[in-house]
Amino acid sequence: MACIEARELRKAFGTTVALDGVNLRVEEGRILGIIGPNGAGKSTALNAILGLTEYQGELKVLGRDPRTERDQLMRDVCFIADVAVLPRWIRVSQALEYVAGVHPRFDRAKAEGFLGKTNIRSATRVRELSKGMVTQLHLALVMAMDTRLLVLDEPTLGLDILYRKQFYDSLLNDYYDRRRTIVLTTHQVEDVENVLTDLIFINRGRIVLECSMEEFESRYLEVTVRPEQIAAARALKPIHERQVLGRSKLLFDRVGREQLGAFGEVRTPSIADLFVAVLADKPGIQAGQAQGAAR
Amino acid sequence: MNTQSNPEPESHLDSQGTAPAALSKTRPLYWSVRRELWENHSLYIAPLAVSAVYLLGHVISVIWLPNSMHGIWMPNMRELPMLPAASQRIELAMAYTHGAMLLMLVGFIVGIFYSLEALHGERHDRSILFWKSLPVSDLTTVLAKASIPLVVLPVLVFAITVILQRIMWLLSLAVLAVTGAGAATLWTGLPLFEMELVTLYGTAVLALWHAPIYCWCLLVSGWARRAAFLWAVLPPLALAAVENIAFHTTFLGSLLQNRLFGFEAAAFDLKDKNGVPIDAHFIPLTQLAPGRFLSSPSLWLGLVVAAALLAAAVRLRRYREPI
Repeated sequence: MACIEARELRKAFGTTVALDGVNLRVEEGRILGIIGPNGAGKSTALNAILGLTEYQGELKVLGRDPRTERDQLMRDVCFIADVAVLPRWIRVSQALEYVAGVHPRFDRAKAEGFLGKTNIRSATRVRELSKGMVTQLHLALVMAMDTRLLVLDEPTLGLDILYRKQFYDSLLNDYYDRRRTIVLTTHQVEDVENVLTDLIFINRGRIVLECSMEEFESRYLEVTVRPEQIAAARALKPIHERQVLGRSKLLFDRVGREQLGAFGEVRTPSIADLFVAVLADKPGIQAGQAQGAAR
Repeated sequence: MNTQSNPEPESHLDSQGTAPAALSKTRPLYWSVRRELWENHSLYIAPLAVSAVYLLGHVISVIWLPNSMHGIWMPNMRELPMLPAASQRIELAMAYTHGAMLLMLVGFIVGIFYSLEALHGERHDRSILFWKSLPVSDLTTVLAKASIPLVVLPVLVFAITVILQRIMWLLSLAVLAVTGAGAATLWTGLPLFEMELVTLYGTAVLALWHAPIYCWCLLVSGWARRAAFLWAVLPPLALAAVENIAFHTTFLGSLLQNRLFGFEAAAFDLKDKNGVPIDAHFIPLTQLAPGRFLSSPSLWLGLVVAAALLAAAVRLRRYREPI
């Protein structure tokens, strides 16, 4: 069974279209990253999955309709929005007590074990914790829930690199077990580069690219092309071209590594490179090509 | 490790695996109510603080003005025995009844402000995203919030009233015993237990009668983006004013007035057998009219409206997002 199945998901805020016919299928055990510019519809998609917002179209999460069955769904789904959603007045001990009270699959001892490794004291109120500590607390709560789907909406927003690394390390080491599914959005793409199994680019409410990380690595290659071979390289129709320190970097989709090796140094692009290639405005690309042609 | 120093009796229930269905029906409601009490200290601090001030006033008046002051704090204990028994009771009951009425008023005000904040605050501080990420339905959440003004506050107000009155009574007895005048009169003349029963009846009547007001405030707090108090208060007043100006009638105005103050006429007999009004400072048990109250259409109409407002608040919360 698919963990998430969405067909023709639509949602508009007034005249702004947030989701414009999104079709999505996430199998169990995947770690899906939804990447997109601000206002692309990422959070709206997650909110729909969590039953937090109204939408049109068909959506099943773990076989349930999130609109009408949110409370049952939340036994199997957990969710971290950006760091500021834990109520500021609550004490750490109260948060543990409350979640233990309402969540049938919460293992309090496990959460306390995670917290024991941090500097968070149980009598502290959330408002007294630093932003990083609030995220640690939320993660400790979530990782102690025996759920099947974890949804993360910009979970590391505003955190420094140490906390961010720690966050994803804990996620992989202590939560993910190949049965569980994780769906996340982030702007810090480099953090999740080695975490994801699947990737979606979303722009203006539409999915513009969808592939697994294996596919990503075999399909996309970036070549730093030697100036004399630039015309030959361009003949192979790169999807994007950019200038770095006066050298042309061309990004290719489904072109053989041996073939490209003749033009210069070949490497697998980062997600951020591909993101820019896929989502950069057309005028920008043309400007890059014009520059290259003038040289 | 600090977390070890926080033993919890509940934790044995939280073993992994599926929870029994029977447990999970009521447990979220129980924990949701507890969470409201954690967040809203004013629910008990406000009535306790008012009680403390009132008690202080009473003690001062009893110690320094034992024989001279008439009025709310203490009757003139020397002249009291010369009055008829019924009047004695009223004189003695006055300070106690005023205390009870004051606490009911505080309970009402706290309840209104709580209700106006209940579904607004969680959207304002974005914590609604956390609450909604847990397996607690919107119905459970709204019911837990509604139970604060409808159940928790009345129980608190009643309990604090009883404690306040008993302390006032004991302190007065002690002071009068030392100063030597009137302790016996106070001991025999004040039917405190009967007054407590009337207070219990009164708090229950108030909660039921005011239920639509609290539920209206809850609905507005779930709907308004800001200024929930104004949205709750101004439209009904404005409608009543428009009705008055346009049609020269006062239907809405009297409806509002009846909803605020009509409980007295609906639930108490404030006239004796001969039709003479009784002094409300001491209402004997015989003047309670629970039968009439429970069969009054106004009460039931109000409860139906309250239920409808709550249902609307539940529906509204389903797609409410942070503001």
